[in-house]
Amino acid sequence: MGPESLEARQKAAIEEVLKAYPEKAAKNRAKHLGVGGPEDESQKTCGNVRSNKKTVPGVMSQRGCAYAGSKGVVWGPVKDMVHISHGPVGCGQYSRAGRRNYYIGTTGVDTFVTMNFTSDFQEKDIVFGGDKKLDKCLHEIDELFPLNNGITVQSECPIGLIGDDINATSKMYAKKTGHVIVPVNCEGFRGVSQSLGHHIANDTVRDYVFDGKVDTLGEEIAVTDYDVAIIGDYNIGGDAWSSRILLEEMGLRVVAQWSGDATLKEMVATTKVKLNLLHCYRSMNYISRHMEKEYGIPWVEYNFFGPSQTVKSLRKIAAFFDESIQAKCEEVIAKYQPMVDAVTEKFRPRLEGKQVMLFVGGLRPRHVIGAYEDLGMEVIGTGYEFAHDDDYKRTKDEIFRSTVIYDDVNEYELEAFVKKLQPDLVASGIKEKYVFQKMGLPYRQMHSWDYSGPYHGYDGFAIFAADMDLAINSPVWAHTKAPWDKVGEA
Amino acid sequence: MQDINNIVNGKDLFKKPEYQKVLADKKEFEGGYGAVNPAKTAEIAEWTRGWDYREKNLAREAITINPAKACQPLGAVMVALGFENTMPYVHGSHGCVAYFRSYFTRHFKEPTPCVSDSMTEDAAVFGGLVNMKDGLKNCAAVYKPEMIAVSTTCMAEVIGDDLYAFATAAKEEDGGEFLAEDFPITYAHTPSFTGSHITGYDNMMHGIMSQLTEGNKKEEKNGKINIIPGFETYIGSIRSVKAIVEAFGAEYTMLGDHSDQWDMPAGEYSMFAGGTPIADAKDCINAKATISLQKYATIKTMKMAKKWKHAGGTSNPIGLKGTDEFVMKLAELTGKEVPQKLKTERGRLVDAMQDSYPYMHGKKFAIWGDPDFLVGMVSFLVEMGAEPTHVLCNNPVRGWEDEIRAILDTSPASADCHIWAGKDLWHMRSLLFTQPVDFMIGNSYGKELMRDTNIPLIYIGFPIFDRHHLHRYSISGYDGALNLLTWITNKVLDQLDEDTKGIASTDYFFDLIR
Repeated sequence: MGPESLEARQKAAIEEVLKAYPEKAAKNRAKHLGVGGPEDESQKTCGNVRSNKKTVPGVMSQRGCAYAGSKGVVWGPVKDMVHISHGPVGCGQYSRAGRRNYYIGTTGVDTFVTMNFTSDFQEKDIVFGGDKKLDKCLHEIDELFPLNNGITVQSECPIGLIGDDINATSKMYAKKTGHVIVPVNCEGFRGVSQSLGHHIANDTVRDYVFDGKVDTLGEEIAVTDYDVAIIGDYNIGGDAWSSRILLEEMGLRVVAQWSGDATLKEMVATTKVKLNLLHCYRSMNYISRHMEKEYGIPWVEYNFFGPSQTVKSLRKIAAFFDESIQAKCEEVIAKYQPMVDAVTEKFRPRLEGKQVMLFVGGLRPRHVIGAYEDLGMEVIGTGYEFAHDDDYKRTKDEIFRSTVIYDDVNEYELEAFVKKLQPDLVASGIKEKYVFQKMGLPYRQMHSWDYSGPYHGYDGFAIFAADMDLAINSPVWAHTKAPWDKVGEA
Repeated sequence: MQDINNIVNGKDLFKKPEYQKVLADKKEFEGGYGAVNPAKTAEIAEWTRGWDYREKNLAREAITINPAKACQPLGAVMVALGFENTMPYVHGSHGCVAYFRSYFTRHFKEPTPCVSDSMTEDAAVFGGLVNMKDGLKNCAAVYKPEMIAVSTTCMAEVIGDDLYAFATAAKEEDGGEFLAEDFPITYAHTPSFTGSHITGYDNMMHGIMSQLTEGNKKEEKNGKINIIPGFETYIGSIRSVKAIVEAFGAEYTMLGDHSDQWDMPAGEYSMFAGGTPIADAKDCINAKATISLQKYATIKTMKMAKKWKHAGGTSNPIGLKGTDEFVMKLAELTGKEVPQKLKTERGRLVDAMQDSYPYMHGKKFAIWGDPDFLVGMVSFLVEMGAEPTHVLCNNPVRGWEDEIRAILDTSPASADCHIWAGKDLWHMRSLLFTQPVDFMIGNSYGKELMRDTNIPLIYIGFPIFDRHHLHRYSISGYDGALNLLTWITNKVLDQLDEDTKGIASTDYFFDLIR
């Protein structure tokens, strides 16, 4: 099937999808849907789609909230700090240990990532305010968890509505005890998605970690010329570890991981690195820009999904350093090439030409395209939950053919696009997983790596390839049809 | 590096020496005690296992750690999905809905439809009327439900939006294009800062039953029995209960039947499956009786049933005695003898209990969960001669503690059985270290307790994210009790093997036959 007919099918699918909406909603959604291509003309985005706007009410959006962006994404993985879900009990419970931010540590003693600390607001806290309760929470946490290196206060919706002053309460407590307390005003109703939560959380790192001049345990880290920090890797399934190993092999020293498997001390040390390596641009570009402006640290975006992008990224990173690093970079590339070739040789014949539709958040809707292409697969649709124009602009650089671009796609639209375009694999989140599996479609969760991973780096690519093969070529999909079903009927 | 003939994921990848070095080297930059002062970590870890820590832990007044409860709208969403072609609609921010959907989907491994009206900062200031008008219209147009059941997030509750007025205004503005005048929009206020998910269940069930029946009361009762399952996370339990009622040949309406919604066969996807027909729900006021299977999850709803002068009341069909009571209640309401089918089922269960009792007898259990779940489960444990040493409920309702105590008092071990009302799973950790038990019964949150204390966990409860298909089984009725018996007994036997498999040391007790 030629690219033209693919594009025509894609455009027709969009038109048809829009028909179901009432006028106002159709007008709105039309701006978020488009067909993008490597050569498409939209200057600021991709497929001319609009993004980072309010979600249409009453449709099944896959978006989360600012609290999810701060507690769930940016702050939650910082392992030696306690993160309080401040407000009613639900938010902390639903987001507990769901993101697979791997870490090493003794949970409940010196490490707290998978736990759920909540102030569990009751009606009286809403009516009379919860600042006193928060103060007491801070005391109790310090008493029962003396090895915590700091506490963040992650605001849920009611906090900003009832006029609580978590900033004052936190400041007073910090002053009294000398402990690091970070209040985060990330109430769920702020902004239009998780995105503003990332930004708010980034700002609190600036204000309370960098400007707070916090003392950290152990000896100060001596600075070297090869110090870098991994920014925007949440170590999902160990992603940052399978990235870190490559950087270290090429002679760099990874001083900090943000924020998967991170400690407060690593964050503090980051202001002295030579280069910030930014994986998830969307959630951590803010702090990277700040460090550039304030500390003169350059930052570079990279992509460790799939060997093509990994090779490009390794060279891009090495170019910031001297020839010794560049030489070692080539050694690393050469070292892994046979393994990569073997992986491709093994899996490409089983996956060649298979079409994929993606819908994820952060960086993945564009970053994983290359990994699929390395396996001979084609991405024919992609979109972001909470991207901005600059994400879509970057997407254009990573797509290889006409691609449906859907911003903040809802369940109805994604289902319709899949039915119309018939991909061989859908890769999205848990909420959509079983919808498509019921239809007999292979599916991979691309938020959590479907409880596998890591997918970053060379070792991660081998797992990625094996997992895609597992999904697409499993015998289970053939069982949907019963032997008594007539030919041609599902 | 990966071996092409044996590609491994994170489980084994990070055990490779090159990664072990990466992880060890990383400690140089870390500021946690595990890296800087591991002896201190060990010392504090030991302290958290003792009585001193337990006392401090139990004295907590403000912070909740590792709760065993969720918030109201979760329960409201469950209710809505139990009615035919009904869309749960949450008035508030879409972040909440993303959470409810993920939470249920991770448990059931099934899609969970639910929409929100995506309120943002301006709605927080000016109220959510515009969102509701657009949201109801869009929801009706796109998903074509037969009913929309509206609940609220804490944001909408704090700003005090009026659901009835908003729904009426939405219909007026729509003028019947997508929302006909008689289109049912049921609603309930479900503030997350009051009660828990079971309170939300109660509020939404009350809302749907009271609003759908408005003006439908007839002179004559229709002879049916309403059954309300409660916050039931075992699909099989709903089916067991239906089978019992059907064995009596009774005409009944299961109000809020989500058993098909969260158990769809593969082949095609439809957004809604099964559920109580709206027509039947509208008629539920004319039933002769209403039985709630979860007393503490239906307090407000059952008050209404009482006002409607329905016979019935509450009955908890978990365990032998609980099922017996449910069966006798049905015998009384239908005026019929207990059918032979049920007598045989009961006989088989009792037979199985008498086969397996030596393994559960005298074993100490820690258990947590919702109040009604605990009433049934504790009752079953006591029936088997087991000792429920720690019974913990994070969301107790008034009267629950007394009821549990009365059940425990039928056990000779009563004095050693403790009830922990309003406590969380970090409290449980202290209890397990200081007063250990043989087994735990609970949800996936028990996993960390299992790791920390080495006490085996038997997965029964909600949510269960990391074991598959258990929710498809029943824990209610005689067949459900047999499942409980099977799971618990075989875990005891697994553990017995685990404890005795030492070659040439303990394996004399590693018996082939037990």
